[in-house]
Amino acid sequence: MAPSSTSSEGATDEWVPPSRRPELADVVPVPQDDGPHPVVPIAYRDEFREVMDYFRALYFAGERSVRALHLTAEAIDLNPGNYTVWHFRRLVLEALEANLQEEMNFVDQIAECNPKNYQIWHHKRWLVEKLGPGIANKEHEFTRKILAMDAKNYHAWSHRQWVLQALGGWETELQYCNQLLEEDVFNNSAWNQRYLVITRSPFLGGLAAMRDSEVDYTIEAILANPQNESPWRYLKGLYKGENDFLMADERISDVCLKVLKNDSTCVFALSLLLDLLQIGLQPSDELRGTVEAMKNSDPEIADADLATAICLILQKCDPLRINYWSWYRTTISSQI
Amino acid sequence: MGLSVVGLTGVCGRQDSGAHKSTAATAFASGTHMVRRLSRRSRRPQGARRPQQARPPPSPPPPAAALMDSPSQPPPPAEGGPAAGSGAAELPRLTVTQVEQMKVEAKVADIYRVLFGNAPNANSLMLELWREQHVEYLTRGLKHLGPSFHVLDANRPWLCYWMIHALALLDETPDEDVEDDIVDFLSRCQDKDGGYGGGPGQLPHLATTYAAVNTLVTIGSERALSSINRENLYKFMLRMKDTSGAFRMHDGGEIDVRACYTAISVASLVNILDCELAKGVGDYIRRCQTYEGGIAGEPYAEAHGGYTFCGLVAMILLNEVDKLDLPSLIGWVAFRQGVECGFQGRTNKLVDGCYSFWQGAALALTQKLMTVVDEQLKSSYSSKRPPGDYACGTCSSTEAGYYAKFGFDFIKKSNQIGPLFHKIALQQYILLCAQVLDGGLRDKPGKNRDHYHSCYCLSGLSVSQYSAMVDSDACPLPQHVLGPYSNLLEPIHPLYNIVLDKYHTAYEFFSSE
Repeated sequence: MAPSSTSSEGATDEWVPPSRRPELADVVPVPQDDGPHPVVPIAYRDEFREVMDYFRALYFAGERSVRALHLTAEAIDLNPGNYTVWHFRRLVLEALEANLQEEMNFVDQIAECNPKNYQIWHHKRWLVEKLGPGIANKEHEFTRKILAMDAKNYHAWSHRQWVLQALGGWETELQYCNQLLEEDVFNNSAWNQRYLVITRSPFLGGLAAMRDSEVDYTIEAILANPQNESPWRYLKGLYKGENDFLMADERISDVCLKVLKNDSTCVFALSLLLDLLQIGLQPSDELRGTVEAMKNSDPEIADADLATAICLILQKCDPLRINYWSWYRTTISSQI
Repeated sequence: MGLSVVGLTGVCGRQDSGAHKSTAATAFASGTHMVRRLSRRSRRPQGARRPQQARPPPSPPPPAAALMDSPSQPPPPAEGGPAAGSGAAELPRLTVTQVEQMKVEAKVADIYRVLFGNAPNANSLMLELWREQHVEYLTRGLKHLGPSFHVLDANRPWLCYWMIHALALLDETPDEDVEDDIVDFLSRCQDKDGGYGGGPGQLPHLATTYAAVNTLVTIGSERALSSINRENLYKFMLRMKDTSGAFRMHDGGEIDVRACYTAISVASLVNILDCELAKGVGDYIRRCQTYEGGIAGEPYAEAHGGYTFCGLVAMILLNEVDKLDLPSLIGWVAFRQGVECGFQGRTNKLVDGCYSFWQGAALALTQKLMTVVDEQLKSSYSSKRPPGDYACGTCSSTEAGYYAKFGFDFIKKSNQIGPLFHKIALQQYILLCAQVLDGGLRDKPGKNRDHYHSCYCLSGLSVSQYSAMVDSDACPLPQHVLGPYSNLLEPIHPLYNIVLDKYHTAYEFFSSE
């Protein structure tokens, strides 16, 4: 629902102040009640003040009319963060039984210029609920477009996830995750989306069915960029709540050892090894050998057990987290 | 956290100059290390992958490159090797995340390099908190905001809170008449059916309600505290409660962890939290903890610093914190502090000063939760049951003030361990990278100051300064405060982000209501 010719959209020179519009001639504008000594007062521009004064008049009167709808579009254009205006607009749309597809076009336009705004995305959810499953693909296309501009936009991802779960469209989602991770394997939002897909997609059989191939995929990503935290976290996430399986999968400790061979101070690899030992992994000779080699180069930790030794190594090679690792070390002695 | 859209006393005497030497020395020691780390990380991708790096370095070398010329660092693998010059197409290209990260690291490294080139006494100057400038910037905002602030027209109680709380952290109070004006203004934002809107006449909203109530508590006068209509506020909150147990922000508004936190925080603070409001919230928040360990805005979304703070605090105030997997939450937050010394909001995102509070305070809170953490570690190692996997408790108590006690008792608890983040490094980021010379604080170098970041950078600074003490209100030792001891801010109650004595006054007031 695009605003009428009297709106602020389009050429500014055509803009007619509400006070000079015939269709608003009977409306008495309501100024903001800021009191005699306002605080955090905003020096509104005349255009903003006038539109809001007329908006308030119709809002307080509860007038659900076409002119009210136009005025809300104008107020939203001036400040898309005004949730009261959006709320009132929904009431008006319902009362007028307006064309909601047109409304979607309107909100999409605004979203493209203000992609990080709670109100806009909430309004879209409201519309999607009303428009139903037929709109799923169009919504997915839209979030793709927004994510092409900023692949980590939190609102866009939340919307996309909600549409998937409410209306579907899962068929190509894993492929989309692949594509985004190919473009930027450091994109943690894409990893998070991947986790949603493999755990929730009705086409993939769930985490248990996907785990094996996902472990391979993730290990490949780790080996290509061992300093990328996202796949390390994802790898652990694949075994969330399944410590026994995590321990039993030899690929997990193998990838840690492989990475440590090239970079003996890789914090993520050391940290994952530590987690494995904590949940009871019986260390292989290779693991023991790798850690022993690091211990030998440092007399301070020569006598420590394996997990403690890793903590001590981490305290040195990850000094920003020195307190974290020294705390972690205390939890070892209290467990084992 | 993008709270942009309604998103979301008594210092123990200043220290003498003897403290300065040791603080500067600490800063220097920890900071030298930071620069080295920075240089190592930022060097690799540049040297290895950028074709233009194969050229002889331009003279003078760019600051970031000069910084990298440390003899202790090994040369990047590709430089001068077989890959340079030939087969450049085979080299992995840098991704958007890497490029953006490198730009920030370079800017931060520039700043830290100046610090470590200085004599120690010059460092102390550089590490000073520019109190006067901040106070001026914040006080001015209370009286006048330019036309561009119209985008925050539905956030005016937030503007009040950001300014008033930041001033309170700096131990500054506006004139009494300005305080009265704020109370009057917020009363105009209070809806006749309860709750506060983003401005006079706007719909009541949970986030602006949080901002308004926190502002009034920070002002702390009888007039301010009694201006809150608690009966209607309670009714408003009940209306905002969804059947899932979670809260929506406003009538017909969005449901998320922010709404849950703001509702629970306000209800706890003004002592109207009961079983009716509390039921089901904890289960919703638990469902928002992700495989990474942090908490997301909604189930299945990405772990995020702002929501992690909100979710963790709401759980503490509900006395249901054992439903979260705390060891994995701690592990996630601890890794959000990066080479820039500040915190990022999500994995592989850029550092931002506001997360000094959201992430820093979340970790600081866990210093008082070690009994639960130990329990969870024990049970996860012995029974293989993942921590947090518990049946939902049912609310049984109808005792008045039952819930308000959790916030009160929590702050009385001792810290069972030291901070799990690097408190000096964090202060270094805030003081050197987030301060703006003309007053106010910012997200990161290259960004503009704003009131939101001023509030949360200072809140994070306070948390960091007090984090090493066993008791929440104990006076920090000089070595815990980076820069001159006069940098010390007021302590806060981290669950509500309100200056501690202001909280206590309000607690007394609302317990007797």
